[in-house]
Amino acid sequence: MRKFALTLATLVALALPLTAQADDHAKKTHTAGDITVSDHWTRAMPPAAAVGGGFMVITNAGSEPDRLVGLSTPRAGSGEVHEMKMDGGVMKMRELADGLEIPAGGSVTLEPGGYHVMFMGVEDGFKEGEMIPVTLVFEKAGALEIMMPAGPVGSKMHPGHTH
Amino acid sequence: MRTIRWTAWILVVLVAGLTVAVLVSPNIRDNLLGKPGTGSGVAAIGGAFTMVDHTGKPVSDRDFVGKPSVYFFGFTHCPDVCPTSLYDISTLMEDLGPEADKLNVSFVTVDPERDTAQVMSDYISPFDSRIVGLTGTPEQVSDMTKAFRVFSRKVNLEDGGYTMDHTATIYLMDAEGTFAGTIAYGEDTETALGKLRNLIARS
Ligand SMILES: [Cu+2]
Repeated sequence: MRKFALTLATLVALALPLTAQADDHAKKTHTAGDITVSDHWTRAMPPAAAVGGGFMVITNAGSEPDRLVGLSTPRAGSGEVHEMKMDGGVMKMRELADGLEIPAGGSVTLEPGGYHVMFMGVEDGFKEGEMIPVTLVFEKAGALEIMMPAGPVGSKMHPGHTH
Repeated sequence: MRTIRWTAWILVVLVAGLTVAVLVSPNIRDNLLGKPGTGSGVAAIGGAFTMVDHTGKPVSDRDFVGKPSVYFFGFTHCPDVCPTSLYDISTLMEDLGPEADKLNVSFVTVDPERDTAQVMSDYISPFDSRIVGLTGTPEQVSDMTKAFRVFSRKVNLEDGGYTMDHTATIYLMDAEGTFAGTIAYGEDTETALGKLRNLIARS
């Protein structure tokens, strides 16, 4: 019995930092130069889907604007910076050929229905709970590696939010 | 003064006569007010179509008569709006519970080149199992989108692939297949739920 309790305590002790770490990982902010990325997430893809969107908040603490110009992930054939727009009930998605400007001292939110990073040519669809490694490329701040937690299929908010 | 009074009286008689004619004659009424149902005043939305469902079975508009129907258009190479709409509709159907059995709910592809019946079947599998996926030949799909006044257009992407601009509105049809309203993309849940309950109650 005592041995069992001890094992249990050990397991709990081992598991606690693990869950804390996973949680931490999802909520963590990533910084390169003046650019900080927070609240980054993606979502699980329905089977047969070959594309996905990634979302985040990008803050620029610098005194000059920067641009998100590209991205890559080992999980997708290619990645692009896109804008989604509703135009008289018609959904239009376009690549931002010049990237997405992050104003000096300001921030830009990538969210469903607006800007997103688009993953294309995904062979092994993202599953809920997975962490997707993504490298963002900024014109001035350079490359920034982030881990995007995958929320449920079709969800509209960061998986860390419970409301 | 007398001329003005006479003119006024003639006008009154004319207006009264026209009103009676409109009320009595179905032809004049339909021309002025639009025929109920077929709507000669407003562009009719919906009509005949033949497609293939996600199990590979040929279907037509006749298969959807008898129950009110919900149609929305999209494609599987869609990172944002389409999975969101499918998720939202699944949530609405869950909220309606067994009442949702009284509806036909269809997700119609605007990208038949890539969206085969098998792809549609896989794609809709995480969502409410009552949702039917519809695809077909490019002609069948283009006929159906035209009938529903749905805009769709292929747009090339940098990497060599393409995306589809398309109408994201959800279409509501009554049990006879007549257009009964829309739910806009992103419309709030309570309003959308009210519209669906209304549609079920009316049929
Ligand atoms: Cu996109």
